[in-house]
Order: sequence, then structure tokens, then C-alpha cells
Amino acid sequence: MTGSVGAPAERREGREKVSGTARYAAEFHSPGRAQAWPVPSRVARGRVTGVDTAAALAVPGVIAVLTHENAPRLAEPDDPTLALLQNARVPHRGWFVALVVAETLEAARAGAAAVRVTYDAEEHDVTLTASHPGVYVPEEANGGHPAVREQGDPDGAFGSSAARVDVAYRVPPLHNHPMEPHTSTARWEDGTLTVHTSSQGTGAVRAVLAGLFGLSRDRIVVTAEHVGGGFGSKGTPRPDVVLAAMAARETGRPVTVALPRRFLPAVVGHRAPTLHRLRLGAETDGRLVSLVHEVTTHTSRIKEFVEQAAVPARVMYAAPHTRTVHRVAALDVPSPSWMRAPGEAPGMYALESAMDELATELGIDPVELRVRNEPDVEPDSGRPFSSRHLVECLREGARRFGWTGRDPRPGVRRDGPLLLGTGVAAATYPVMVGPSTATARALPGGSFLVRINATDIGTGARTVLAQVGADALGVPLERIRIEVGSTELPSAPLAGGSSGTASWGWAVHDACAGLARRLAGHVGTLPGQGLEFRADTTGAADAESDFARHAFGAHFAEVAVDTVTGEVRVGRLLGVYAAGRILNARTARSQFVGGMTMGLGMALTEGSTMDAAFGDFTESDLASYHVPVHADVAGIEAHWLDEEDSRLNPMGSKGIGEIGIVGTAAAIGNAVHHATGVRLRELPLTPDRVLTGLLGRRT
Amino acid sequence: MKEFAYVRAGSVEEATSAYASHTGARYLAGGTNLVDLMKLGVEAPAALIDVTRLPLDTVEELPGGALRVGAMVRNSDLAAHPLVRDRYPALSQAVFAGASGQLRNAATTGGNLLQRTRCPYFQDLSKPCNKREPGSGCGARDGVHRDHAVLGHSAHCIATHPSDMAVALTALDGRVELAGPEGARSVAAADFHRLPGDRPEQDTEIRPGELVTGVVLPAATAGLPSAYRKARDRASYAFALASVAVVLRLEDGVVGHAGVAFGALAHRPWRARRAEEALLGAAPTRAAFEHAADLELDAAQPLRDNAYKVPLARNLAVDVLSRLTDTALTGRAS
Amino acid sequence: MGNLQHHSRTTLRVNGKPHTLTVDHRRVLLDLLREDLGLTGAKKGCDHGQCGACTVLVDGRRVNSCLLFAVALDGCEVTTVEGLFGDGEEPHPLQRAFLERDAFQCGYCTPGQICSAAGVLAEAAAGHPSHVTDPVAPSGEPVPLDREEIRERLSGNLCRCGAYPRIAEAVEDVIP
Repeated sequence: MTGSVGAPAERREGREKVSGTARYAAEFHSPGRAQAWPVPSRVARGRVTGVDTAAALAVPGVIAVLTHENAPRLAEPDDPTLALLQNARVPHRGWFVALVVAETLEAARAGAAAVRVTYDAEEHDVTLTASHPGVYVPEEANGGHPAVREQGDPDGAFGSSAARVDVAYRVPPLHNHPMEPHTSTARWEDGTLTVHTSSQGTGAVRAVLAGLFGLSRDRIVVTAEHVGGGFGSKGTPRPDVVLAAMAARETGRPVTVALPRRFLPAVVGHRAPTLHRLRLGAETDGRLVSLVHEVTTHTSRIKEFVEQAAVPARVMYAAPHTRTVHRVAALDVPSPSWMRAPGEAPGMYALESAMDELATELGIDPVELRVRNEPDVEPDSGRPFSSRHLVECLREGARRFGWTGRDPRPGVRRDGPLLLGTGVAAATYPVMVGPSTATARALPGGSFLVRINATDIGTGARTVLAQVGADALGVPLERIRIEVGSTELPSAPLAGGSSGTASWGWAVHDACAGLARRLAGHVGTLPGQGLEFRADTTGAADAESDFARHAFGAHFAEVAVDTVTGEVRVGRLLGVYAAGRILNARTARSQFVGGMTMGLGMALTEGSTMDAAFGDFTESDLASYHVPVHADVAGIEAHWLDEEDSRLNPMGSKGIGEIGIVGTAAAIGNAVHHATGVRLRELPLTPDRVLTGLLGRRT
Repeated sequence: MKEFAYVRAGSVEEATSAYASHTGARYLAGGTNLVDLMKLGVEAPAALIDVTRLPLDTVEELPGGALRVGAMVRNSDLAAHPLVRDRYPALSQAVFAGASGQLRNAATTGGNLLQRTRCPYFQDLSKPCNKREPGSGCGARDGVHRDHAVLGHSAHCIATHPSDMAVALTALDGRVELAGPEGARSVAAADFHRLPGDRPEQDTEIRPGELVTGVVLPAATAGLPSAYRKARDRASYAFALASVAVVLRLEDGVVGHAGVAFGALAHRPWRARRAEEALLGAAPTRAAFEHAADLELDAAQPLRDNAYKVPLARNLAVDVLSRLTDTALTGRAS
Repeated sequence: MGNLQHHSRTTLRVNGKPHTLTVDHRRVLLDLLREDLGLTGAKKGCDHGQCGACTVLVDGRRVNSCLLFAVALDGCEVTTVEGLFGDGEEPHPLQRAFLERDAFQCGYCTPGQICSAAGVLAEAAAGHPSHVTDPVAPSGEPVPLDREEIRERLSGNLCRCGAYPRIAEAVEDVIP
């Protein structure tokens, strides 16, 4: 074995990215390529009664205006958000009601501004409350999780607990905002559709387009050579790709649809707001007796998506009496969808904040409280863990962070106008893996070609899969060539759910291991086209496991709260993870740190407001929706344990793309409490909230 | 964005006469706000008169020690200029507290003054806004207004002026120089921006066709203490939730001169005259600073979701006054 | 298309080469680079000066190319990330440092970060202070770039992948 796996190999596409030659979806120029600009609805609920396109068509350079009256008819999609320009119904504000296709970006934008749409507006309701009369318990939450689970008598046990925490938290709507807006370039030629798209998985894009346009899949090629981030919002096709394909078919021209940034919050999904009620009942020694986590969230009128925020409470702690509930109200809001660690990110914010409150209540160190509640088996299912090293992460993190000897008293550490504090929270994320295919070919020159329709959205998939292949073949990394990001390659699942590397790596491993066996039996020189082995992990990767499989981690934060302004600065953020085998130390660190950075944003700067009167997200651009900037991120460290787990996949890896965000917001919020003595239960912790809390403390 | 004609002006006279001969004209300087608003459709000029190459790009000391900053001096050059840094630190600090390095390299002194509010309703053509479309209503008053005004707002408009630089100019008793069809004139920075009243569409006292040609700062010796502080949602690259610029001179142990202006509280930089009067002649104590700030902020009329701005502004003012006092008394920055 | 009143002959030097085009007055530098010259290194992240992905150097200074009408830049010198790479195979020291530090993931903000960093180095050398520079630092002298300075000065370049710490390290690596 050459030992490529685990090495900090440099990104294979790095040189293209730093030189500006890496091509993204809008950057496939072909002769006659047109640009398109959508027109969003101005009402939150109702019907389009008329679209006057005359003025738009008179704009120099405008080629066509697609509306529900003239757009190509599509087959009904499984995802109702893709039924674009098919009828007059407006399900939420910002829903696209027309598309202007033009010679240039300028003409397309001017044309879109000239389209006159009239509506029959209806009363709308976009305001989520825990007592909303429309709230119901769905059959299941996102990910197929049952909406409700209950064990024992949680209410009775809570009522008779020695120590009780009964608190409510709110996480606002959040937006993924990858740096590359959702973009697709489509071209029809001889009945064949070619699409360059910014997606986390081109296989799903092809399948959806085939269905919508009634084409067989072999008439569609979808590529995603480079993708400027997704964070869940590009997990399945979004309106850009459907509109581009429609417009290209209608005009006979290649068409690029690059969604304007301000349109994204309404049409690419968002993390739905979650209202949490946590009840923790414990013995005086800290052992939980009762754990109740109830979540209320919203979804749209056309699609039920239920953020599974109570699910991590089924995994984390031993408690004999538990209830986890998801409730949802369908409102006239944009359809929510996946955002990095759906469920775990908001759910663990609430649970880990409540655990901190319990620790304070009991006077027990918050690290110790978590250790005392470590379960032997997965609490909800009773299944043994394939591996679980949360306690080790907490201990190692505490050691590295300098947690030992921490003064637990809140609000007593001052540095001039600053109040200082530290906080901890645990993290978890499930191990997911899906079946995949891959081929490996030995070429006469001594190199190897690995082909798989993986998508590199910035995770370093090309690099890490080459490492897996090199080790399976027992050859140096430089001899592996790899092709990803096209439906012309062996089919593979999307980059999502932190499952990409596990799923693709398994197939690459099997293909390369199979090829190695064939080569071992091969005598003489290779044939001209080389020797190939194809692997398909169906049946293995999707086999039911007897084990509960999750990654775990611990986050530690140090904050300074300015008593003059209420501004919070995170001086240090440290994460320790147990996520199976780490396949590339360099790219893994970047993923962990990236997740923690997004968690920092969730804690301090990110939040969106649903405007009750107009029914849209007020913070629709990057000036008002505050993604963290360089200056917000002082010191972030990510570490991991060497975790061996043979019950995962041939590499022994767990996913790492999402766990970094999980628990980070709670660690920061807990540190803010430790600094100030004020418990703020609504994110983000912006100066208005923090200062108001500080002022309340003094009276 | 509608198509527009483009004229590059070589002199102030050329600029103003080109403006006069093109209906629907706008002056184009750094463009960091105008181009943004044109893309949004909020501004739709028929012609742009490019004034970026006018010979108004220098910082010069006038006889008597005043400083003139040309309207085309880029924000980054203004803030980095040694005379500005040494004599008007509040101005340098205010500019560096705003926007990003890229934007400051493009934005001009004149353009910074003339930037429009970042009120989300103003920026969204699909919503009512009396500033953008007089008579259409105000979406913010009952809507999302955490960032909006607490002082001097009207039933018609609760927008704030977004500039950091203008707040410092106001506290520093700067003047805005203008040239137009009727000749040149100057207006005190404190009077340049308006309160909304029943004409929120009018941000400033500028007249049609007038061009900002520069700003003039009164003579100040190096070491006249002044400072700017801003609170915001992230550590950089965000508009102020509240800010304050303070100029403070102590004479014989009491306040001999105080210039105080708040940012992000009103439709214009808010010159805190009542606070200044209370400070004049007072011993520079924390209690005096708190009293002065309270006097000024007494007039605040917070909306449903922005009451936090009052204590925030108070804290900022007291903090900056205290720091400047410490500096004056100890000769060192605290 | 359009009438002459709305278009102008404009000459720009881009990465050392002159380009004369008839541009729609509405065309911003970013779209001119990407659509007319095929230089797609500068990215469109927000189109409104709110993300920094479109950062290029104009006459040596970093700017948001999405907010500059090309017609107004007649005669200007533009350097994009492609130009930084130079003629040969040798990457710019910043580009090499970004590679070595793994200072990116998806790569979409990367050209803007690199151009912005090039601008930062020049600004600090020219004595431009920043929001975090000690006010008593002497005027007109080069400002030393510590980590806090780098972070503040690069804050106009958003990175949603969260590569900030690695970017700051990469910039630190090339400080002379």
C-alpha cells in the first residue's frame, strides 16, 4: 500500500481555480448564446390575470418572453417548485411568472423590468407562531424520520424531576447563499439537450429534465465541472435549469439563466424558521430523566418540507422518558429546503443550549454533564453505535482549549468594557451512504483512469477519490487520473447529506480493487484501450445496518461581549471531531473550518425576516443578509481523533461536510451567557438583542 | 436598466451645462451607489454626466489652515491622507469604518454625501416607498425597521442616511461646496442633508443641476481630539446600527468645544446640538457625558423594533467622549 | 441594436493588451470581461458590490468590477486574475500561496480574493491605514500587515465556504 489516503494531498483543480480558468455554469460560451432574466411575482398569493409582454418585446435585444401562456408544457414534476410557467397560480412572493430571453444581460434585465403582470391577489399568511391554527403534525420530517417519537412518560417524569429546564428557542430563516448563484446554460441540438449547471448532483438534474421534457435520459447530458458552493441549495434541480432548458428549446438558442442574487431567497430553498420548546428533567447528579424537544416550523403551500430539528435529540443523550415532536404550518411562504445540516444545525442549537442551562441550574460543569448522559446504545432505536467517541471529543477539546479550571460563574470576567466567556456544545451528524457506480481503467502508459459522476462542489472530491483509488490499486497518487462532474460518467449520487465521499469512495475503491485483481491475473502487455473494471455498490452501500452510525464532535468557543455596543466577537473557536477515518487532512480541515464559520454566522450575524405585509424575506441581498466576513473570523481550529470503524465502508470514513456547523451556534451562545449572565434564546445574537439583554440585566 | 447617453465632462462648467442640456441626467462619479440603484431600477437616468475626470481630485490646505477635499477624491485617498489622519481623525476613522476596500477605492467624497438610504423598501420597486415614489406609502413603518430612524422621522419616511463620512463631516463643522447653473455656493455639512418631513424624496438641500465640488474642513491643529465609532452587525463591511463622531477640546479642565453627531439614527447625520450645549463649560466627567447624551436622545421616538438604538447611541457617545477626554488628559490614546 | 447615443467606442488595456470595443453604456466592466473578452476569472456573485467576487485591479487599485460602467474606464489599465498569472507557467506568489494553504474550496470567490489581496499589499505599502490600524501609527509610512489587518482589509471579499483563516495565512506568506 502506498498510503495516499489520509495524506494532505493538494487539490487537483487548485491551479485552475487560482488562475481563473476553472469554468462554472455561466462560462460555457457558444455561438448565439442568449441570456435570460426571470420576473418574480409581486404578490404572495393569488393568480396571474395577465402578462403584457409588448413593452418587453420592444426592448432592443429581447428575443422572447416566456409566460405561463406560451411556455413549453412540462410533465408534472415530483418537486412542485419546478412546475415553472405552467399555470397562473402564484404560491408565494418571488415565484417566477415570466422569463425574458435576450441577446445580452443588459437587454434581458431591461426586458424583465418592462414586463407588466397583473394579479388577482388573495389574502396571505406568512407569519409562523407556535400557536398558529394551521399547525399540524406531519407524517414524517425531512429525511424520512417519523414526526413523533415517544418513550415512557416524559411529562410525568419531567414534573417529578429534581432539576428542570423548560425553555423556548427560535432560529430564524436562514439562507444558503453559495457564492455562485444558481446558474445553468442549456443547448438543444438535434433533439439532444446539453446542460452546464451549478448543481450538487447532475444525475438528479438529468432525471428531472428527462421527466419534465419527456426525453429519454440518453438524450440529455448534464455537466457540473466546477460548482461555486451549494450547502444544500443545489441538492436537486432548481428553477434556473428548468428555465434554461425551456428557453433554449423555445428560442433555438443556447441560453444561460444566472439567477440574480436577490431572487435566491424565494426560489432556491431556505432553512425554515424553527420554534423550539425544550424540557429537560434531571436528577441532582445531572442524569436526565426526561427529555422533550418539540419543534414548530413552516413550509409552503405547494411542498411539505419539515426541518427535522428534533431528530438529534433521539441520538444524543440517555434519558428513560423522551418525546420528540415536529409540527408544521403550511403558509404562503417560499418553499424551504435543505441547508447545511438540516435538522441537526437548528436542533442542536436548541438542545445544546438547554443542556447548558441545565448545567448552570445544577452547578455541574457542562462538559461533565454531557459525559454523565452518555448512552450505551442509540437512545431512540436501541441499536448499538458503530462507533461513538463524543466523550473523547469533549475531553480532547477541553484539553486543547484549556477548559479545565474554568470559573463557571457567569458575567464576572471583565476586560475594560468587554465581558469574556467560554462555552461548549456537542455535535452530531448521521452517516449516510448511497449506492454508486464507478469504473477504473488501466492504461498502457502506466496510468489509471477513474471515472465517476461525483460532483466537486468545493469539497475536494477529485482529490480524495484519487487517493482512495491509488491505495486500492497500490500505486502512487500521480498515476491516477480522475473524471467527475458529468452524466456521461458512471452514475453516482449527489454531493449532499455528507454522503458523497463515502458513496463515491466505496465505488471507486471497489472499481480499483477489482481492477487490481484483474491486473494481477493479466499476463502480457495491456490492450490498446487498456483494461477496465466497473463497480456497482448497490446492495452493499444501501444495505440496512444493524448499527446506529453517526459522527460526533465537540465545539468550544471563547467570546468577548462589548458592553458599550452589544457586539459579540468570537476570539477562538475549536472543534474536535470523531468522524471515522479522515481521508485527506488538508481538505478535511477546510471543510470542518468552513462548517464552523457558517455556524458562527448562524450564531451572530445571519438571519432573515419574513415581511408580514408583503410575504417575502426582507434581507434578500448580501448587504442585508450578513454572511460572516474575514474580520468576524479570528481563530478557528479543527482537530480530529483517529477513529476506526469497520462498519461504515471500505475507507472507514464518516461524512465531514456538515458536522462543523452543528453545535457551533450553541457553543457561542453558551459562551455569551457565560460572559454576560444573560441567556438569549433567539438567534442571531446581534447587537440590538445583546445590548437589550445587557440593559435588562442591570435593572 | 434603461439605455442612457453618456457624456464625459472635462470641467465643472462642461458638467453643469451638459446636465442642463440632457433631460433626466444624473452625474456619475464612483458609481458605487448609482450603478447599484440603476440595476435595481430605482434610478433610471436618460443620461449620465461622468464627472470622475474633473480636476477635483486633490486635498489642499487653504490659507488660514482650512482643508479643501475635492469632490472626486476617492474615499480611500481621503481617509489615508496624512493631513486628514493627523488633523481630522474622526473623518479618517469614519471612512475606514464604512464599506470595503474596493468600494472605498471607487467611491468619491461627493458621491459618499449623495448616496441614498439602504432602506429595503426604497430599494424594492415592488413595494411602496414615499422616498422613491412620493405618495405611495411607507412599507417600513409597520414592516421590518430594526435599522431605521429613531430621531426626526416623519409619517412619510423613517429611512436613515447610510454614510459614515457625512457624520464625521457634520461633527467637524465641515462645509459642502456646490456648483450649479446659478453659480457656486456652500452649505454647512450639518444642514446639507434634510429631515424627511413631507418631502422624503429630497435627501439634501442640493438644487437641480448642482454638483458637489468639494468639502471644506475648518482649520484644526494636529491633535484636536476627534474620533468616530460605529456599531454594526458584523465586524466589518456593514452599515451602522448607530454611530457617533465627536470633536472635543478641553480648556482649563472644562469642555471648551464639543462637536457631536450621530449616524444611522435619522434621515441625516444628527448634529447633537443640545448635547453640545450641555457639554460646553462642563467638567469632562462620565456623568456629564451621560447627561448630555440623554438630553439629546430625549427627543427619540423609537419604532416597534428599534428602541435599542437609543441606549446604543448613548453608550457610543459616552464611550467616545470618555476616550477623547482620557487622551486629552493623558496625552495618549486609551 | 440600440442607437448610437447609447453606445461608445471604448479602449481598455486588459492584462497589458489593448482592446477597443463598441460598448453598450450599460455594460459594466465585469460583464465586458466575461462576455466580450472571455475572461471569466472575475466572478459574478451579487452584481451589486456586496460580495467582492468580481474584484479586479483598475490602474493598480482593487475595485468591484460589477459597479463600473466600462465606458467610463476608457483608457484605463485593467488587471484580472488571469493577468496576475502572467505569460509563463509561473503563478503569482499569491496564487501559489493560496494553493499551498488550501485557501479555497469551491473556488468561486478565489479570483476576487487574490486580486483583492494584491491590492491590499499595494495599499499597505503605500501607507494606507485601515479601520484596525493604531490611530497613532505615523502617517505616510508603510503599514505592517498583521493578521488582524489582513482580515479587516479583505472583509470586502465574502467566502461562503469559510476559507478565511487559510486565506489570511496565504496572504501572510507573501508579505515581503
